Amino acid sequence: MAHAYTPGLKVSEKVRVLKKRILPLIGKVLVNKNDVVSSDMVVAETALPGKVHSINIINKLGISPGRINEYMLKKQGDTVKKNELLAESKPWLKFLRATCVSPIDGTVETISSITGQVLLREKPKPVQVNAHIDGRVVDTIENEGVTIETTATYIQGIFGIGGEVTGELKIGVKNQSDCLSQNELDESFRDKIVVTGAFIDYETLKKAIDVGIKGIIVGGFDDGTLKRILGYDIGVAITGTESIGITIIITEGFGKIEIAQKTFDLLKLRSGEKTSINGATQIRAGVVRPEIIIPYLDEIKADNHLISDGINTENNQTGIKIGDPIRIIRNPLFGKIGVVNALPTDPQLVETGSKLRVLEIKFPDGSVSIVPRANIEAIEQ
Amino acid sequence: MTDNNHTVILATDCGSTTTKAILIEKKGNEYRQTFRGEAPTTVEAPFEDVTRGVLNSFSEVEEISGRKILDGENIITPAKGDTGIDLYISTSSAGGGLQMMVAGAVQSMSALSAQRAALGAGAIVMDVIASNDGRLPHEKIDRIRRLRPDMILLSGGTDGGSITHVVELAEYIAAANPTPRLGISYKLPIIFAGNKDTRDTIKTCLEEKCSVRITENIRPTLERENLFPARQEIQDLFLEHVMAQAPGYKKLMKMAQAPIMPTPAAVGNIMQTIAKKENINIVGVDIGGATTDVFSVFDGEFNRTVSANLGMSYSVSNILAETGIENIERWIPFDIDETDVRNRIKNKMIRPTTVPQLIEELKIEHALAREALRLAFEQHKALAIGLKGVQKERDISEAFDQNDIDTLIDMKRLDLLVGSGGVLSHAPKREQSMMMLIDAFQPEGVTRIAVDSIFMMPHLGVLSTVNEKAAAEVFEKDCLINLGTCISVSNISKLNVDCVTFNLNINGTNKEGFLKSGEIVLIEIPTDVEAEIEVIPKRGFDLGNGKGQAIKIKIKGGVVGLVIDARGRPLKMGKDKEANKRLINSWTDVFKAY
Repeated sequence: MAHAYTPGLKVSEKVRVLKKRILPLIGKVLVNKNDVVSSDMVVAETALPGKVHSINIINKLGISPGRINEYMLKKQGDTVKKNELLAESKPWLKFLRATCVSPIDGTVETISSITGQVLLREKPKPVQVNAHIDGRVVDTIENEGVTIETTATYIQGIFGIGGEVTGELKIGVKNQSDCLSQNELDESFRDKIVVTGAFIDYETLKKAIDVGIKGIIVGGFDDGTLKRILGYDIGVAITGTESIGITIIITEGFGKIEIAQKTFDLLKLRSGEKTSINGATQIRAGVVRPEIIIPYLDEIKADNHLISDGINTENNQTGIKIGDPIRIIRNPLFGKIGVVNALPTDPQLVETGSKLRVLEIKFPDGSVSIVPRANIEAIEQ
Repeated sequence: MTDNNHTVILATDCGSTTTKAILIEKKGNEYRQTFRGEAPTTVEAPFEDVTRGVLNSFSEVEEISGRKILDGENIITPAKGDTGIDLYISTSSAGGGLQMMVAGAVQSMSALSAQRAALGAGAIVMDVIASNDGRLPHEKIDRIRRLRPDMILLSGGTDGGSITHVVELAEYIAAANPTPRLGISYKLPIIFAGNKDTRDTIKTCLEEKCSVRITENIRPTLERENLFPARQEIQDLFLEHVMAQAPGYKKLMKMAQAPIMPTPAAVGNIMQTIAKKENINIVGVDIGGATTDVFSVFDGEFNRTVSANLGMSYSVSNILAETGIENIERWIPFDIDETDVRNRIKNKMIRPTTVPQLIEELKIEHALAREALRLAFEQHKALAIGLKGVQKERDISEAFDQNDIDTLIDMKRLDLLVGSGGVLSHAPKREQSMMMLIDAFQPEGVTRIAVDSIFMMPHLGVLSTVNEKAAAEVFEKDCLINLGTCISVSNISKLNVDCVTFNLNINGTNKEGFLKSGEIVLIEIPTDVEAEIEVIPKRGFDLGNGKGQAIKIKIKGGVVGLVIDARGRPLKMGKDKEANKRLINSWTDVFKAY
């Protein structure tokens, strides 16, 4: 292809991270440019329009829609209290009077003389956006949100579930191929973000939730475990809103796969630090991968902090070239890491009988293999 | 439509992951597809400009063909020698295609008509809201607010008929105050195609919050459906609003010399063209990474459905979620445990652009494809019912009885089954495509089967709107790969009993044979060779003409050949995994598919 690129996951010890924190609707920004913020600080807020309730007044009063306004005691835009009279009929005999009361506290949104329907709206619901990471506000977008900058260890996972959480990073295993078992989990893990090694089974995951672990970082787990924990099969990889009491990030893929050496070493290096993770994943147009962000707190607080060019975590994709480190992401060599040794131009025949564009990979032991280009990903720095 | 004198035509399809360019050249007196190039689609960050991918795909065509197409970033036109082109056109499904919500007063009437109008225009229908859909008003309002479609089609009420239900829906939409998917600076377009007497009321109700367009009622009377004006309005709005908001599309629209068409609408065009030209019944399928589109034309009546979350990459895990692991495992002809299958499917979901390198992995993908195709076709059959695409006369009793009307899809009357999309067009062996299509669609009687050679039906669909001759010639000569013919027995109640005998004459050579029930046979007949076959079913077996009725027909060969399928319909597979494996392997051996 004229312009091929293979997106990879970013694993970086120290980079400038920029995070946009944007409201779902127009609202108010609560911080200023250059403010230092902590992860739990609210940076912007808005109010979501309240829930709408529909009341069929004409049926309740036994009137025609065109006459609804004659019977309404409230006008469009009026506020109403729960159980307050909205409308009443006007019979000759008072005991035949029919009434209609508001089921909610709210406002009268519309009164329709065509359908006889009255729509009431509940009070707006406040929505707040917090900083999610410790950092400094480098940009404010009026009425919408802010951009926060931090210097951090930044690692992308391949898939996650659950939303944003922050906690202290704890390494639960000695090396990346170990697996944490449920018996090892105790009260000391509460509120932590825990690295559990190459694999986590259903029982250990359940125990982790019971113990109060905020987040799990693991090489892989079984799809069967995912299904049991969610109660359903995930059809399309759009996640982040699950409410299962924990956020899970897998760094490699489904199955038992040891965490890549570099990833594990970095996590070990930053053990004990305040860590923000987000399991939100979207594998559709506009790919979103789960993230692990471990800020360098001293650098944020330093007065001489400079806003410099660096990696924008939302915007970085490059091509591959000879010598680049890559990971194989499909059988038969799934998970193996090596460097690009050659990039042959002509398509080559593979076992399936397809002719595909391939590359040659050299592994640390000196051996080489041919793999379809589509089946590798760059390990980005 | 005019047949212009173009000598070199360049067409692209901007898909969700790849932009595919094809070059069509006039050689002597006929048009042929000559070169092809592709590049990643660049709608998303970091590029956020669809024309980057388009220009990259042009560059690849330039490299391969030796024709200079670009001067910097400008297309050289007209064509002179080996420089420049005469016409550039494009389709697009990038960035999620056209996503719509439809609303109608009655679920089985105006809402269904609205759904068909939207699908026929090439949209993905995100939800169908109806007064009687069983949801409470606040649930409908919540749903409308959360969906963020590209546009809404609102219908309901016959002309001069009921007004309350459709106005009620308009009130819900106004209360939801929905925002469009792309861009927050413009009002969500709403097409009103309902009772003409409510137009002013609908406008008053919605125009403060939405951009209201009025078009003809899609159901002017109970007995009549009129989808064309609404479809036209949808496609106009697609260009004006959706495309104009998508990154780089304003530039792309300037580059293209015909309106950019949603990919499924273009494929629908070409399907209708073939059906009309050959006066046949067609079912076509385009299985992509995210969605599977099914098209049918029966007795001139066109229907299209899209299964938004059935596909071979982004949506691969949803095949598992919808059909269940047992239905996938039944097509896998080797030992593998459920955990392994599940993990492999999820690994494809999280890395959707990977391709199978091992035969076993290919077989798992083909198992998934069979289920995706089967499910998408089931959904199509459920929606392709009763009503005409443009106008249909029906009596009142039929109109009230729509849910009970059988599907229009009559497999015994299906003449041509066409497959398109990566897993079918790019299967390593055409025999694999033929098997997948037969297993998933289960044609009955006599059915010709073909695939789109390199996925060019969208390009030809849009080309047919500006140069019908070129589109038709390329379609016949370069697009459709005739795989062969399938003659199937519909009813099998008992396996391993004498079922059919046949007598085949190829170029004067006779070949006789017989099949027991449960068997399938493949006979090679070279492409462009015409053969005559007589198939005589044993008493009680049906080849499409009725029980025990023989058929004697002329058939054309294909790259795979003639399949006589006595496995019965529906295909019966038991719960015994070992027996299923033996069965699948025996079928695969017949085709020498792997």
